[in-house]
Amino acid sequence: MDTIVLWLTNLIPQMSEPVARLVVHLVYAGVLSFVAPVVVVVAFTYMERKVIARIQDRVGPNRAGPLGVLQGLADAVKMLTKEDITPQNADRPVYNLAPGIAVIGVILIYAVLPFAPGVVGADLNVGVLYIVAVGGIGTMAVLMAGWSSDNKYSMLSAFRVVAQMISYEIPVIIALLMVVLVAGSMQMGEIIAAQDVPFLFTLPLAFFIFFVATIAEIGRSPFDLLEAESEIVAGFHVEYSGMKFAFFFIGEYMHLFVGAGLVTTLFLGGWRGPLLGNVVSDASLFGMLLGFVYFLIKTVFVIFLMIWVRGTLPRFRIDHLLDFGWKFLVPVGLFGLMAVALILKLPFLSSSGLQWVGLLVANVAVIVISLALVSMAARRSRSVALRGVAGADR
Amino acid sequence: MVLSEFTFVGILVIVASLLPIAGLGFASLVRPKKPNPVKQSTYECGIEAIGDAWVQFRAQYYIYALVFVIFDIEAVFLLPWAVAYNQLPLYALLEAVLFILILVLALAYVWRKGALRWS
Repeated sequence: MDTIVLWLTNLIPQMSEPVARLVVHLVYAGVLSFVAPVVVVVAFTYMERKVIARIQDRVGPNRAGPLGVLQGLADAVKMLTKEDITPQNADRPVYNLAPGIAVIGVILIYAVLPFAPGVVGADLNVGVLYIVAVGGIGTMAVLMAGWSSDNKYSMLSAFRVVAQMISYEIPVIIALLMVVLVAGSMQMGEIIAAQDVPFLFTLPLAFFIFFVATIAEIGRSPFDLLEAESEIVAGFHVEYSGMKFAFFFIGEYMHLFVGAGLVTTLFLGGWRGPLLGNVVSDASLFGMLLGFVYFLIKTVFVIFLMIWVRGTLPRFRIDHLLDFGWKFLVPVGLFGLMAVALILKLPFLSSSGLQWVGLLVANVAVIVISLALVSMAARRSRSVALRGVAGADR
Repeated sequence: MVLSEFTFVGILVIVASLLPIAGLGFASLVRPKKPNPVKQSTYECGIEAIGDAWVQFRAQYYIYALVFVIFDIEAVFLLPWAVAYNQLPLYALLEAVLFILILVLALAYVWRKGALRWS
């Protein structure tokens, strides 16, 4: 931000520094809330549909424009011109507010997401806490939508979502705690600066927990119980149509991008990459562009992983989903957190290289032990179930 | 005027709330509006809906919410600890491990009690 402010004050000498800062902030906020949704939704719905089509041995959209690239725009026009049907019994103020809150809640997370060196809305010193806090707004929007529609399916969906979101917020917090512990700061910029080795390689456990829990927080398959078509029609947005539905859709894809962006920032080193910082100065314009390209490559890769997961795994059942959160991710995360804290205080691991190896070993150990315990428990419960069947036969 | 870090968040709240207003406003200009009672009835499964959806709901969601509150407070305590960890003496590790173990015990208790069982 400071670089851009400086550039603007040099460009227009009459402009004082606070005014320039305000202008830059306004423009950046406008880009985040008007340009980003369009670009993100058009690009990633297209990518998702193409990739899913490939996984399912189909071609995917190929009519609107060359290779179907204009499909997103065609959908946008359709959404805009579609009649808005409000059910008779709906609680109108709440019903109308919900889509807006859903999309605003997601855009607010973008404020702390660093896209390139120096390009971040507000590098808050409580960045990580801010993400968790603002991320909770989406849950409220879903609950509002489900409740106000006066539809039993929406209602079921809304309650499921609340159970799911609050269950998976705990693993997110625990994974973030591990990152904060190693980085020693909640500020996104400092977390990136601490990743001389990306945290993916020193904290694989935290990465796994954060990745899974982020998919659950976004509400994507295999955690898409909130809109399980075969069970509850379309979940909380059954009664929404036209532009109001479109805002839930925009919110979902914006959340997908910011979720992948956070995985990138917290575990893959954010905008860091080769050449940047030693050959190319990261305060220069070219450095910013290069950083943005690195960020984009990593983020698109993470989104690709999420689409791949969606194309591969079947949907969870609600009890399995909650069990996976509470009885696996939370205890494993808590033990992982203790292991990380212990490693950081071991006196013979004082050099940073040794510390990284120690963290990696501790993380892998926790993963291996927990997987062994789970497979043991699974074998036992299976043999108990088999004995039950055998007993019933007799 | 001092523009602190949080000013941007404030600006973003205002600008972002213009997006749904602009979107819905523009859509209301171009979209058709022909309501009728059948269209506006509750869409459930093709049959007329019986009764409201606003009924009393199962309490089991509420128990998950209660457990969540415990762990959310844990976050409030542990985040400052995690930030300051590098400057803290060895006994911070002991304190935190004790705290986390108490949480693990609480989780084990809730688990044993069957509050985490979906029935």
